[in-house]
Amino acid sequence: MSVDIISVRNLRFRYNGLDVLSGISFSMHAGDYVGIVGPNGSGKTTLLKLILGLVKPDEGEVFLFGQPSNDFTGWQRIGYLPQTPEGLNARFPVTVSEIIGLGLLSKKKFPRHMERSDVQAIDRVLDMLDIGGVRNRLFSELSGGQQQRVLLARAVVNDPQLLILDEPSTALDPETRERFFVLMDLLNRERNTAIIIVTHDTGNIGRYASKLLYLDKKILFYGSFEDFCRSEEVTRMFGKFAQHVICHCHD
Amino acid sequence: MHSTSSATATIEIENMSVADFIQYGFVQRAVIAGSFIALLCSTLGVFLVLRRLSLIGDGLAHATFGSVAVAMLLKMSPLYVSIPLVMAAAVGILKLTERFRVHGDAAIGIVSSLGIASGVMISSAAGGFNVDLFSYLFGSILSISTAEVVLSVGLSAAVLFILSFFYNELLSITFDEEASRVSGVNTESLNIIFVLLTAMTVVLSMKVVGIMLISALLILPAVTALHISRSFRSTIAIAAAVSVVSVISGILISFPFDLPTGASIVFMNFIFFLFSILFKKIKSSA
Repeated sequence: MSVDIISVRNLRFRYNGLDVLSGISFSMHAGDYVGIVGPNGSGKTTLLKLILGLVKPDEGEVFLFGQPSNDFTGWQRIGYLPQTPEGLNARFPVTVSEIIGLGLLSKKKFPRHMERSDVQAIDRVLDMLDIGGVRNRLFSELSGGQQQRVLLARAVVNDPQLLILDEPSTALDPETRERFFVLMDLLNRERNTAIIIVTHDTGNIGRYASKLLYLDKKILFYGSFEDFCRSEEVTRMFGKFAQHVICHCHD
Repeated sequence: MHSTSSATATIEIENMSVADFIQYGFVQRAVIAGSFIALLCSTLGVFLVLRRLSLIGDGLAHATFGSVAVAMLLKMSPLYVSIPLVMAAAVGILKLTERFRVHGDAAIGIVSSLGIASGVMISSAAGGFNVDLFSYLFGSILSISTAEVVLSVGLSAAVLFILSFFYNELLSITFDEEASRVSGVNTESLNIIFVLLTAMTVVLSMKVVGIMLISALLILPAVTALHISRSFRSTIAIAAAVSVVSVISGILISFPFDLPTGASIVFMNFIFFLFSILFKKIKSSA
């Protein structure tokens, strides 16, 4: 029996005495493509941070590849794209290849120095994401869309088995956003990369993701799109219109 | 007749060239120790400036003032007493921000004022060493002893080695600390190592430019390099070059003109900074 890639058990997280998340339990398997949707402040980003061990839960446990997240050591199996590049120092003097190289740190043992094979890995991912032309440019000189692709390149340069993406399409124009989702679909289908993505782009997530997790401080729905779209309970919770908005793009 | 009194003896300097100055043992010692410390400050300074921690140098320098007073009270070498005390102050700043959620600038302010207050309190209570204590405020690189040179060079080399050992990890947490943790980098331990190295650097720098001007040695070369660099590696290389040239030229200029060496080094750094602004302006208008 294969081990769950992510297993979340009865997670609870409080901030200033209030529940941000409670009773969160779900699991993800190899090759799953899960879209997390929900209103602003529903705890989507917090859930990703809890999964990655970036914040500690008040109750409950998270297992990554069968290992408790607080003892997890297999970081080379995970690629992470944080919310937006706006939080990063815009004047940081770092080239595109220097940033992508940082994505290779997780598979190295201490001391983590770069080798020749790393340069080839960087070149491969630059070509895959169609940003070979900006290899030696400063990150700060790139457009928002290009910066997002560079950060995605950092997340996937290691060939991760699990890709965790936090609102990756926010800074992208419609055309780049479309290309981004096609690329995620390709990674999911061709490399069997499991993807968990927080997004407000219900149209694209409805089209590409295999499962939907609807969050509003607790899990209101977790399952396939087919179930989501057929569910009378979902209709009762959100109304026919909201259900239709998410479901109409899903083939 | 023009003479300088900053070294151990008064030396007639009229008609002397740079080559003549460099013959003096105390100038050689100052150049060697100053260059290593400059290299160290500039490298660390790039990380500090980019992590928006520039003023930690200032805060720890003020803590150094208190530690020097303690050393004088105990009649011990300030370097040996200051290194552990300022390291403790650095960890204090880190813990105030991490555990007690005090903002970084406020934590630096707390440790900084506590350092100054301790220094003033001790010197006032003990009395008699105010003149010695205040000599540390503005540095005295030309009076550095051979033993101090050996210690400064050794410690600088050790800190530079540790920095190069952790180069990729430090670059990673400086760029994006959260993503860095997901890469398996132990950011908590690395942050402690980083502030301890900063503390060591600040203590070593007090002899070069003095407690009041240490932050200039950390900040100016880094900011200058950030104006003209095209990669992270080149930022460190440019900052190092600017810093070393500023220290050497500051020493050599201060000697014949009988200027304070620490302040001369800072002014040389500032001149490079102005050139970098000019360079950036010309480049952006081209």
